[in-house]
Amino acid sequence: MKRIKNYIAIALWVLCPALSLSQERVEGMVMEANDENKHIGLSGANVYWLNSQIGTVTNDTGLFSIPYSKEYNKLVISYVGFESDTLTVDEPRKIHHFLKPSNVLDEVVIEQKKDAVQKAYFSAQNVITVNSAELLKAACCNLSESFETNPAIDVNFSDALTGTKQIQMLGLTSPYLLIAQENIPMVRGASQAYGLTFTPGTWVESIQITKGAGSVVNGYESISGQINTELVKPLTDKLLFVNGYANQNGRLELNTHFNRQLTDKWSTGFYIHGNRRDVEEDRNNDGFLDAPLANQINVMNRWQYQNPSTGWVSFINLRFLNDEKQVGQTGFDADRWRQILGIDNATVTGVPVLGEVEAWGSEINTRRFDSSVKLGYVFPALPFQSIGFQASYSLHKQDSYYGFRRYDIDHESLYSNLIFNSILGDTQNKFKTGIALAYDGYEERVDTQNFGRTDRSVGAFFEYSYEDLEKLSFTAGLRIDTHNRLGTFATPRFHLRYTPWEKGSLRFSFGRGKRAANIFAENQQLFASSRSIQLLGEGGSVYGLEPEVAWNYGVGFLQGFTLFDRPGNVTVDFYRTDFRNQVVVDWENPRAVFFFNLDGKSFANSFQIELNHEVLKNLELRTAYKYYDVQTDYRSGRLQKPLQPPHRFFVNVGYETEPKENGSQWRFDYTLHTLGEQRLPNTDVNPPQFRLGDFADGYSLMNAQMTKVFSKRFEFYVGGENLTNFRQPNPVKGAEDPFGANFDTSIVYAPIMGRMFYGGFRYKL
Amino acid sequence: MKKVVMALVFMVFSTMVVAQEKNKKLSFEVDGKCDMCKTRIEKAALGVKGVKYALWDIPTHQLTLIVDERKTDPMKIKTALVAVGHDTKELKASQEAYDSVHPCCKYREDDSDDSGRH
Repeated sequence: MKRIKNYIAIALWVLCPALSLSQERVEGMVMEANDENKHIGLSGANVYWLNSQIGTVTNDTGLFSIPYSKEYNKLVISYVGFESDTLTVDEPRKIHHFLKPSNVLDEVVIEQKKDAVQKAYFSAQNVITVNSAELLKAACCNLSESFETNPAIDVNFSDALTGTKQIQMLGLTSPYLLIAQENIPMVRGASQAYGLTFTPGTWVESIQITKGAGSVVNGYESISGQINTELVKPLTDKLLFVNGYANQNGRLELNTHFNRQLTDKWSTGFYIHGNRRDVEEDRNNDGFLDAPLANQINVMNRWQYQNPSTGWVSFINLRFLNDEKQVGQTGFDADRWRQILGIDNATVTGVPVLGEVEAWGSEINTRRFDSSVKLGYVFPALPFQSIGFQASYSLHKQDSYYGFRRYDIDHESLYSNLIFNSILGDTQNKFKTGIALAYDGYEERVDTQNFGRTDRSVGAFFEYSYEDLEKLSFTAGLRIDTHNRLGTFATPRFHLRYTPWEKGSLRFSFGRGKRAANIFAENQQLFASSRSIQLLGEGGSVYGLEPEVAWNYGVGFLQGFTLFDRPGNVTVDFYRTDFRNQVVVDWENPRAVFFFNLDGKSFANSFQIELNHEVLKNLELRTAYKYYDVQTDYRSGRLQKPLQPPHRFFVNVGYETEPKENGSQWRFDYTLHTLGEQRLPNTDVNPPQFRLGDFADGYSLMNAQMTKVFSKRFEFYVGGENLTNFRQPNPVKGAEDPFGANFDTSIVYAPIMGRMFYGGFRYKL
Repeated sequence: MKKVVMALVFMVFSTMVVAQEKNKKLSFEVDGKCDMCKTRIEKAALGVKGVKYALWDIPTHQLTLIVDERKTDPMKIKTALVAVGHDTKELKASQEAYDSVHPCCKYREDDSDDSGRH
């Protein structure tokens, strides 16, 4: 085909010279000079007017055609490996020119391997990256506590017993977020309540927080946002890292990392985390532990393979976790209680007989195994094209009891996805496409009732992104999944970014999410109460309930500025989540908790304004105001979500001294959280002494931390949490009679722990 | 039969020789000095039909490209670059085009490396 075209071109050139000349062009042929004077055409030679904007290259046979212009009369003919010639051309004419091979190479093309350059273009999605320096601001201890200095995420208290922190984004709790570890969905299913406490803080390299719908690549479940955690990599992490931590309440932590580069391609790392608390702590004297007796061992082994010459990269991960928590009354004898419940010998002998002074307690024991394989191939000649495959398997076993109530869940999960990245035409038009497979097997028992189920899904996705490199970028994604309980459904998501002027960025997004609520795993805190559990399903596919479906819409504006020669930015954003169906958790009756399909409306509006500025040299200020309006139609009518303060205010101030040559410096950090009043769940039907009123007053919390870096190897830190010593007066309702009708540990709106100091060190090699 | 195979092999081979590469890697120098130049240069290069990938390195001034040779050639790309005001070895931007670049990008007056700025 090509050859035919060329013949036609030659024919045209030979037959119709007059026609060509009439267009005022200079045409001709560039040939390689040789002794026999043969016409050997040089293809790809440059032909251009000196100091002009007009140029061309010769075609396959050495022919060229260049517009003639009166302005220029020096025609340059050049080619790599040949001597350049400059001809004087005063009129449109034909040129036959021989180029002499040059002995001196005037242009040497050196192709060298460069590090993958990541372009820092503004993303269409509202992504906030939390790097390791930011993570150090909250020195303790795991992922659930890593968000204290970040206004995009709110940290709440889940219950009065475990001290677990629950995170929220856009006014919705963590089940509505997709929490992934290196893009593999991680905190989901059985691990929903405590999963964030299973990733030690020192393992985290960075966190990416996406507000709003997010990408379709990692699944259909996210509704209000996505959190992805990148762990430290054997190749780039320190050879040896040791971190020790202790706090006033008897919590001890130890983290050690060992990394070795085995060959130029293989590296491996061992990461060991242990934490424990053996001290019984009851500073509010209600007879209940303020924090659990805990014991966690968490071991991970990573293998990293990297071969830049072939373009292959791979990660293999293995992780084992054992986590034990005991909560409840001080002096609770767990061994004896397990005998009463018949857990250890598995022979339940009728209704247990309680002694006069039996204490109430609870144990939550989790064992978890995770493994994953990632394989990536970047086409060596095409940096924009790659294939990625990932597969993970996890087994999660939680055995727990809350007084007489038993809750056991085993969750076996398989997840795999294959992604192909490439371009359409050029890198301004990129796409990702692929398929995903998931299997989730649950064995779940609440007291004697069995809720086991198996979920299987397969899906395909396509995500197109456009980037004009200046003003506009957008990402449009669609995935189609078919799931044995959720049916076959489409998940569209769209993000757009427009830059109207310098340092300004306007964002807009919408998207859909759908999920099966794991009602017990997500609401475990309600087990530690005398509430009866009522499932008001109508024959739906998950616990008799329908899947949850919601749309999320967002709009935001970011403006960077320079004030006093120092950078800063202001962000304003508004998001709305509209539930088409939700599994409503209604605990407006203090005797019960109801789960039912939404009948009516449920929505969450969130507004946030944030200001960041380097106020003085090395002094960073971050401040935010947030407003939430989260309402749901409960059985008793439309109400604000309980324990959700509509107003929140946040300030974080960080100061660092200039590091000296050996890296030594001081770092200071201070955080203030102010929460407005919160609506409490209704307690009107309780006897007067157990009624709580309609609202809890607002309050403020302060944390501060100071780090002394002695050298690049060693640093020491001390800090304090809850410096104003604000505590909720009676976190455990009916603490005097935990087996009675008014016992409830789920209404928690403020810290249980008072002021607390801690200290620790980091050693790096 | 053998002849047919030979002929086929020859045809395939000969077309391979003249075939223009779909993903040809090119690299040449383009004048410029800062991140704003980088965006302008890469955008201009990607605006040429057949250019799939463009990366301009500020310190070395090298523009690395992946192009479909059947659709474009280096001179076409250079024509697009001079049109937005950036000189190449062969073609030079007109005074008018050069005047249109942002004041921080005036590489002809001061060719220092302003990477990380603008």
